[in-house]
Amino acid sequence: MVENWNEIRHDFPALHQLVHGHPLVYLDNAATTQKPNIVLETLLHYYRHDNANVHRGIHELSNRATTAYEAARVRAVRFIHARESSEIIFTRGTTEGINLVAASWGMSHVKKGDEILLTEMEHHSNLVPWQLLAERTGAKLVFLPVTGGDEGLLDVDRLDSLLFRRVKLFAMVHISNSLGTVNPVSWLCERARKAGVVTLVDAAQSAGHLPLDVQQIGCDFLVFSGHKLCGPTGIGVLYGRQELLNEMPPYQGGGDMILSVDYAASRYKSAPHRFEAGTPDISGAIGLHAAFDYLDEVGRDRIWEHDQLLAACAHHGLKDKKGIRVFGPHAGRAGVVSFMVEGVHSHDVVTVADQKGVALRGGHHCTQPLFHKLGVESTARASFYFYNTEEDVDRLIEVIDEVQRFFS
Amino acid sequence: MTEDLADLYQELILDHSKSPRNFRAIPQCQRVAQGDNPICGDNYTVYVVLDGGVIRDMAFQGSGCAISKASASLMTEALKGKSIASAEALFGRVREMITQGHGDGSLEKLSALAGVHQFPARVKCAILPWHAAMAAMHGKEECVTTESEE
Ligand SMILES: Cc1ncc(COP(=O)(O)O)c(C=O)c1O
Repeated sequence: MVENWNEIRHDFPALHQLVHGHPLVYLDNAATTQKPNIVLETLLHYYRHDNANVHRGIHELSNRATTAYEAARVRAVRFIHARESSEIIFTRGTTEGINLVAASWGMSHVKKGDEILLTEMEHHSNLVPWQLLAERTGAKLVFLPVTGGDEGLLDVDRLDSLLFRRVKLFAMVHISNSLGTVNPVSWLCERARKAGVVTLVDAAQSAGHLPLDVQQIGCDFLVFSGHKLCGPTGIGVLYGRQELLNEMPPYQGGGDMILSVDYAASRYKSAPHRFEAGTPDISGAIGLHAAFDYLDEVGRDRIWEHDQLLAACAHHGLKDKKGIRVFGPHAGRAGVVSFMVEGVHSHDVVTVADQKGVALRGGHHCTQPLFHKLGVESTARASFYFYNTEEDVDRLIEVIDEVQRFFS
Repeated sequence: MTEDLADLYQELILDHSKSPRNFRAIPQCQRVAQGDNPICGDNYTVYVVLDGGVIRDMAFQGSGCAISKASASLMTEALKGKSIASAEALFGRVREMITQGHGDGSLEKLSALAGVHQFPARVKCAILPWHAAMAAMHGKEECVTTESEE
């Protein structure tokens, strides 16, 4: 299979370049992934041939654009095993999806004294929108703790005692972008359901990396971004269970989401169009469709295996070195490895690696409260995708050797 | 190591980041300010003791990358004994050197920071402690940050 993975690299033009004189090793996939030719070509083709606004015209190009935009929605249903296309709302990305749920579902269901349950490992985008909601409604945030020291695992034994109170919604990350922890979302959602609590899964780091089935997970909402799974920036998906979506008030107002408009008031369409005011990211949705097709051709089950293999290699290579502190679970981690080089700040690690063509990320990875809890300010992070190879991991280890020599 | 890297992490920078000078708190100091880089978590407190418009003592504490720490350390050495006006003028020249790369000879040790300009992502690291020092000198209590707040 290995020769296959190397071949796949030819699909990604951006991977084949020198950075500061060295072949690029792109290990910042948790931030965003590179784009395959098929996605780039699809975008270009759309703008060259079919560009028009959607749902408005009856001319040929508008028909084509509308058909392609709605076909992307139908494809998204299949990508995450939703029931029907009315459950798929196109957003700008994970962040907007969460804000939509917080503003629309949250403002209409959460009252003073209610609680919103989060985990201690949430990305800022699955924390700050709930803080805003809590400020506006007088609700309170409660947190499922992270335990296990640097391994960073959810303390699932604490779940029931937290759920059976005044919790209205439980929002949780599927795969932690800073630790690589994979949370047992099906089990968490099942417990929440038994307690009558609505659930939201942040699948930003999982949707492009493993087969995802919202019905099997049993969540009420699930969000992800296109740009983290080979798609363009500016497009993402909010999945919502139909019963919930149809009783939610609009998020933004404008064209395309209305049935009829009077000067005083308007009537709104049902989901999903109720939540897509204004001209959407048409090319983004069409590009995302191409990314879905591409990923499923590669096979997300295979991608997941490959991710885990590379992460295990990097984990082993780093943890055996003196002066390296590795974060995240020892076993069963996703393709994310966060680490600290003793005595060297993560930004210095990243700068030296970059000069060798190795793209890492340094910082708190938008999980500042989690890092405070772990007692660290920042880490360097290597995150993998299916076009990375074991040679990429070797280059990572080499460059960390060099960092240690340089700053010793 | 590549040339650019050697330019960035000069001997003097590495030395000051590993053994920063004036790395202490000044208790009961009236002029204190914080400098924060929310992007990477760099966080410094700068203490300034003024005496008739002259910086009699300056120290700092906190944590961050090699560049910001060395910059803070070199800064405290350079600014001690200077008037507020000449400290500001020096900051102006240091900022120009860090952003554009050409220092003049008068910057002495501080010219070790000239290599930073080849690393746009690191410019903020080098300048952060200076912003905190300026805020402290002017008795501004709020925390300065590399990003603008609401
Ligand atoms: C776990 C997680 N949640 C949310 C986000 C936010 O995604 P976006 O910036 O695409 O909205 C990210 C990515 O940065 C992430 O890793």
